[in-house]
Amino acid sequence: MSAVRALVITGPGTNRDPDMSLALRLAGAEPRTVRVDELVAGDSLLESAALAVVAGGFSHGDAHGAGRLLALELEVGLGHRLADFVDAGGMLLGVCNGFQVLTRAGLLPGALGHNDAGRFICDWVELDAVADSVCCWTAGLTATVHCPIAHGEGRYVHPDPAALAADGRVALRYAGANPNGSVDAIAGVSDATGRILGLMPHPENHVLPRQHPRRRHVDAERHLGLHIIANGVRHARR
Amino acid sequence: MNFSFNATPSNGPSPKVAVVLLDHRLTIRSIAPDPRTATLERASKHLGITPPAGLDVADVIHLRASLDDDGRDRLEHLLVDPLLQRATWDAPDGDGIEITLLPGVTDTAGAAVVTAARRLGIAVDSATVGKRLDMTEPAATRQVAEFVERVVANPVVERWVVGPATPPLDRPAEVRHRASVVPIRALDDAALATLSVERGLALDPAELEVIRAHFASEGRDPTDVELETLAQTWSEHCAHKTFRARITVTDPSGAPLDERSSLLGTLRSCTDDIAAPFVRSAFVGNAGVIGFAGATTYALKAETHNHPSAIEPFGGANTGVGGVIRDVLGMAHEPIAVTDILCFGPADTDPAGVPAGTLHPARIIEGVIDGVADYGNKIGLPTVAGAVWFDPAYTTNPLVFAGCIGRSDTWRPPEAPQPGDRVVVLGGRTGRDGVRGATFSSATMDATTGSVAGASVQIGDPITEKLLIDALVGAEHLYRAITDCGAGGLSSAVGEMAEGVGADVDLDRVPLKYPGLEPWEIWLSEAQERMVVAVPVDTVGELLTRCVASGVEYTDIGAFTGDGRLVVRAGGDVVVDLDTGFLHDGRPTRHMTAVLPEPDRTPRSRHVDDPAAVLLELLAHPNLRSRADVVHRYDHEIRGATIVRPLIGCARDAPADGVALVDPEERHGIAIGIGLNPLHGLHDPEWMAWAATDEAIRNVVAVGADPDRVALLDNFSFGDPRRPSTMGDLVAAVDGCTAAARAFGAPFVSGKDSLNNEYTGPDGRRHAVPPTLVITAVAHVDDVDHLLTPEPGGPDEVLVLIGRTRPEFAGSHLDVLYPEGVPAEGPGSAPGPDPDAPARYRRLHAAIRAGLVTGCHDLAEGGLAVAVAEMCVAGRLGARLDSLAHPDPMTGLFAESTGRLLVTVRAEHLTDLLVNLGDEATVIGRTTAEPVLDLAGIARVPLEDLVRAHTGDRR
Repeated sequence: MSAVRALVITGPGTNRDPDMSLALRLAGAEPRTVRVDELVAGDSLLESAALAVVAGGFSHGDAHGAGRLLALELEVGLGHRLADFVDAGGMLLGVCNGFQVLTRAGLLPGALGHNDAGRFICDWVELDAVADSVCCWTAGLTATVHCPIAHGEGRYVHPDPAALAADGRVALRYAGANPNGSVDAIAGVSDATGRILGLMPHPENHVLPRQHPRRRHVDAERHLGLHIIANGVRHARR
Repeated sequence: MNFSFNATPSNGPSPKVAVVLLDHRLTIRSIAPDPRTATLERASKHLGITPPAGLDVADVIHLRASLDDDGRDRLEHLLVDPLLQRATWDAPDGDGIEITLLPGVTDTAGAAVVTAARRLGIAVDSATVGKRLDMTEPAATRQVAEFVERVVANPVVERWVVGPATPPLDRPAEVRHRASVVPIRALDDAALATLSVERGLALDPAELEVIRAHFASEGRDPTDVELETLAQTWSEHCAHKTFRARITVTDPSGAPLDERSSLLGTLRSCTDDIAAPFVRSAFVGNAGVIGFAGATTYALKAETHNHPSAIEPFGGANTGVGGVIRDVLGMAHEPIAVTDILCFGPADTDPAGVPAGTLHPARIIEGVIDGVADYGNKIGLPTVAGAVWFDPAYTTNPLVFAGCIGRSDTWRPPEAPQPGDRVVVLGGRTGRDGVRGATFSSATMDATTGSVAGASVQIGDPITEKLLIDALVGAEHLYRAITDCGAGGLSSAVGEMAEGVGADVDLDRVPLKYPGLEPWEIWLSEAQERMVVAVPVDTVGELLTRCVASGVEYTDIGAFTGDGRLVVRAGGDVVVDLDTGFLHDGRPTRHMTAVLPEPDRTPRSRHVDDPAAVLLELLAHPNLRSRADVVHRYDHEIRGATIVRPLIGCARDAPADGVALVDPEERHGIAIGIGLNPLHGLHDPEWMAWAATDEAIRNVVAVGADPDRVALLDNFSFGDPRRPSTMGDLVAAVDGCTAAARAFGAPFVSGKDSLNNEYTGPDGRRHAVPPTLVITAVAHVDDVDHLLTPEPGGPDEVLVLIGRTRPEFAGSHLDVLYPEGVPAEGPGSAPGPDPDAPARYRRLHAAIRAGLVTGCHDLAEGGLAVAVAEMCVAGRLGARLDSLAHPDPMTGLFAESTGRLLVTVRAEHLTDLLVNLGDEATVIGRTTAEPVLDLAGIARVPLEDLVRAHTGDRR
């Protein structure tokens, strides 16, 4: 079985691309990191991959709102190619800044505002996968996922969260404390196909049990963020 | 106003089509309450200021552009998210305060608008980003002025107005200044001293005389550029004149005891004598280099950024972090983690007691922490180890220590530039920011410092530095030598690299942020995010290609020559022609006098009426309480290597001792510990330094690192060393930390001193910081599975105290809380050296490796009582102590003796553990499921109270 070809898409200021590459490798994919300008210039670079991730960071320093300028580069540079990629069965993930980019680019619903505490927050959270979601990335996850958040603009905003949930597009909710004031405790959302997931937390930073802050007290293996990424890679293989 | 671009004179040749540019403004308001509004209201409350009624923060984007309705719509679509924001192109009605940057200040957000608009094909000539504060009713001018100047804007980089602002879109006129000649040969000593003050040279009379004599012998006067170059290179900040000075040491009566060749020599010979096999490079270049295992090396560096942080807390701390990251990059290592140690005045200081010209501690605290978080988070490095310390003595002179650790798997000791190599500047553009920073930070401060030193503030741009890292990591084979542009700017960077070999550079090639800079300003600018590399001619093309791909500006400004002279050109003139030998070795050695302190080392105990109440007060003291409010603002997770984090336990709100970094694909890594106890330094600088070194090492041992593979960094922040008593404190502290380093076999590999941390009040009184020494320990972790935190494995484990407790209370936090409890005869001894600590740590490490220990915590401020309480908070469980390991209960509970740790062990492993540890281990109690801390029958404190005191959580 050949490895799943995966792209980790970066812009100036993207900084969690190495973490995501490692997670993809551990999930059995073959990741390659590409800058947006390379992706735009490379005629079939995107199309030759089965999975793509817009990685986290501070693209363009969050100037004028998180993800805005990188979303612009994707929209102007790629046009419909990203949507076509998903329509053709490609799996697409946006984590943190990548989630912000995908909402700005119109590929995912809603928007991400400043945390209600008004500050950047880095802490560990627990995530419940929503059972009736259409999302392929979270399908079948039963145990809560434990992983860190690290963001200043992660408060999910949507005008009609009930409709979003009814469509099965709410993929992940914060279990327990809602760290940033997201509506309906939404941590991750999917597109209608289920093949695009955007989430604020960083599953790529919990890919080994040793990374769990209480690894001596908790069965970390059950709660790995890697399970989400491995799910996506499995779907990409189909 | 309007102004046409490409417009041609009316009598000129046939005109091209003129694009008419008009000024526009887009005001963007948040739909949900803007969090910045709450931040401003909170800051006002800290300062006892009433903010204007109905305050609401909005962003204003000022554009000079040719913009039709369609262009406006598309720009608005780009800049405004309709789910989050509302925007208007109309001029504001209603009352408001508007803030814009001063002309010439770096405006990355404005530049981003221009770039984005051009991508959309919209003709934007220039843009700048400001803020608007809406008010529901007009406030009194004085109230507004106080609010804006003390809470909102910083006059060093911003200006403000009530009503619509005029944006700083006009470009400064295109002027190229020329260097001027300073006729110093004709000046007498008094006139020389006046010149030094007027130009802010901060040079000694003896140094000025040497400079005058040098130019007299050359038969000419220096240019202003040459004079400034010498002042920067010879500044305390760059030359470490005090640490290189010859010192006459006397006892308190003035009787000579000793002549020292230099403090730096003392530190270096300590490292040489220890001869640790893991030291790869010590006290050379920008950072120390160590290698514990295989080909992997780590570059270590910690810096101070005290004075900039005092006048512009955000920018000062921000660029402090940026600067130390470049130090590591300048040792050809990839930065992997950041540390920060911050010393502030108390947040609740009475505003009336804050001297003129000084920012309130609450503002400094907020700004510095935001500044550290902003740089580290955006550049993508985990901010891991640190400390925050409060003392009134830091009110007028806060201390900001920033550290960075880098890693390489291919490092080789650096080469010197060769004749013919190109001098290449990479990264950010040069502006007037930070001009004369090195001399500014080498002087003491007073009420006028904020305005006079305005230009010394630097502006950080972490994304530009991130791109520099992207370009330079993995490009080590493409350059021969590298250094960062830090204090002194190009004058220091090129001047240092040119030592011996010589260089010829042209300032006209240096890319500027805006025109109008004088040659000396370009040469001295401390504009951030710049590196200088020496590039062999045959790799120029490859490095250039790499930089273009990474989005890094690459500028060739000249060549290394081989004639040993530093030649700088501007506007066709030679503005510097200095012998690099004179530049680097011409400075006369300072001779200083040090009067050693005479500490009282008598053991004296304390009496406490209500130990339970004291414990809760200690846990709630600003220096001891949970750092959750600070640490969660830093990304400590990125890179996935932070295995032991700065906050630990069930609720991630209890303190770790050290932190540990292990790459996800490896089993071995490093631990980082910090030692700091300035209160001890007020009583006994020598023992303070020993204790700080011991604490840093103990912290890495507690987390599971190998006590025989520890490297150290020293950072001294003291007052004016020209006062013999301060110099004596410094000598004592160097003696203390080198004695400890020898005892532990832990070498210093790099350090930095920041002296003159003093503020002269309007009353003429000088306020110096306490003798502050930060020791950073970086140690080898052999196996990720051996890493520990202070959280016990669970209830019903045995608590074992390791080490010796003595009645050592001088500088303790018990005395901070109860100064009236200090004995009339005096506070007695500060915590002293324990010569058995090194062997003890080795035995403990063996026990940890054998898997016998479930939790480990060092004893520090507040002694055993606080340590055990913190372990209870970490595990959200109780503990019952049967013994306090000292016949005097108050000594047992609250003394701060060095060399001690508290561990938990499962009952079935106790015997093995005690055999391992020998007779310095005392079984003192157990952890319990019952949520109560029982202090040997002296006091019983519910866990809930401990948690509430420690976290401030009122729920």
